[in-house]
Amino acid sequence: MGLAKRIIPCLDVDKGRVVKGVKFESIRDAGDPVEVAKRYNDEGADEITFLDITASHEGRDTTLHTVEKMASQVFIPLTVGGGVRTLQDIRNLLNAGADKVSINSAAVHNPEFVREAADRFGSQCIVVAIDAKKVSAESEPNRWEIFTHGGRKPTGIDAIQWAKRMTDYGAGEILLTSMDKDGTKNGFDIAVTRAIADAVPVPVIASGGVGTLQHLVNGVLQGGADAVLAASIFHFAEYTIREAKEYMIAAGIEMRL
Amino acid sequence: MTETVAVLDYGMGNLHSAAKALEKVASGQKIVITSDPAVVASADRVVFPGVGAIRDCMRELSERGFDQAVREAAARGTPLLGICVGMQALMSHSTENGGVECLGVFPGEVIHFGERYSEFGDRLKVPHMGWNQVRQVQPHPMWAGIPDFSRFYFVHSYHVSDLPENQIAGVCDYGLEFPAAVCRGNVFAVQFHPEKSAPHGLTLLENFLRWAP
Repeated sequence: MGLAKRIIPCLDVDKGRVVKGVKFESIRDAGDPVEVAKRYNDEGADEITFLDITASHEGRDTTLHTVEKMASQVFIPLTVGGGVRTLQDIRNLLNAGADKVSINSAAVHNPEFVREAADRFGSQCIVVAIDAKKVSAESEPNRWEIFTHGGRKPTGIDAIQWAKRMTDYGAGEILLTSMDKDGTKNGFDIAVTRAIADAVPVPVIASGGVGTLQHLVNGVLQGGADAVLAASIFHFAEYTIREAKEYMIAAGIEMRL
Repeated sequence: MTETVAVLDYGMGNLHSAAKALEKVASGQKIVITSDPAVVASADRVVFPGVGAIRDCMRELSERGFDQAVREAAARGTPLLGICVGMQALMSHSTENGGVECLGVFPGEVIHFGERYSEFGDRLKVPHMGWNQVRQVQPHPMWAGIPDFSRFYFVHSYHVSDLPENQIAGVCDYGLEFPAAVCRGNVFAVQFHPEKSAPHGLTLLENFLRWAP
């Protein structure tokens, strides 16, 4: 008995609707975010992550409104990310009912922002999202770099060093997405997950590439992840959260049922 | 007469989720988010939530006169529920932020998890974040309808220690056993977040609204 590993369904939300792109193409509509979050809550999800992919300012207000509605109906932790750039953005999201906020490119542009955010609101609500891509050749030792702009823009920053630096600055959790695997359904990048999980003292959420329930198991047992995040396998009802948890329990992983 | 439940707002962020969860389980009680110690003084029940660092928490409490209001509510017999940092603030002292004096409703000390290892030798991550089991070590009306070893959502890097056994209502195991729920007369406090621990957390909040210590 002890602390359970977590399953976190991720809602990519554009203009108030859940969508999920496959390699950023063919965006499919997966429904109303509040309804989807309620369904996941009923199925036993351990947390919900809400990723705002809307670019416009009007979209931001829609997001705050949706978060507020979700928080009054779903009583499990809610992380919100996407376009979080200022302390005021964080305050607005927390006031709307988010429990944690996820910071991505704003951390790359200004690492001190993470320190300020953790000082102000506490490490427990600051998640740093890392989009990593393998840059080493097959013959070389593994090396991953941070990419921004949905995996298109390299930054030259080493992913493992970056994860350590972000936790030194006060990040309470790392959301690690492999840009090589995201949308492929071929499974997590186990090597980068393991490298970062071993390098930082805070929990790591593995993301990117889940296509089967065995992938979730591998993320925990081989990758050392504390939580696994997935979107499409749950959105389109390929599996329920409950089925995923039962599968993971059968593999010897401690889960909350 | 309608009962009033005061949820303390002292500028430390997400207090709304506690209020929303209380509203969800309320049966006629009025849930009021307040930054006014006078409202706390006249409330039938008081909920003391908390997030963030203890130094800021204690400073904001005293600036608003809540430190006195909470001590008085505890002394007066008003049912009082502390949550997370709200529970830690009820202790006598915390080692966070270089050492901070707390409210002293309980004699305990709040300390960091430090470097801890699982039974398999893995280094445990801090914060302790996620759903962990709570073992009920004494019967209490707040546990009504909640099975022993139920899971609740935790997120914290510091924990309570040095409490007399009769003030511990539930314990949790994370490299060591620490108090997850404490009790003293009309005061009950939890390290986990009942407002984020559906379904058992909601049952606990419902129990609090009915509790007649």
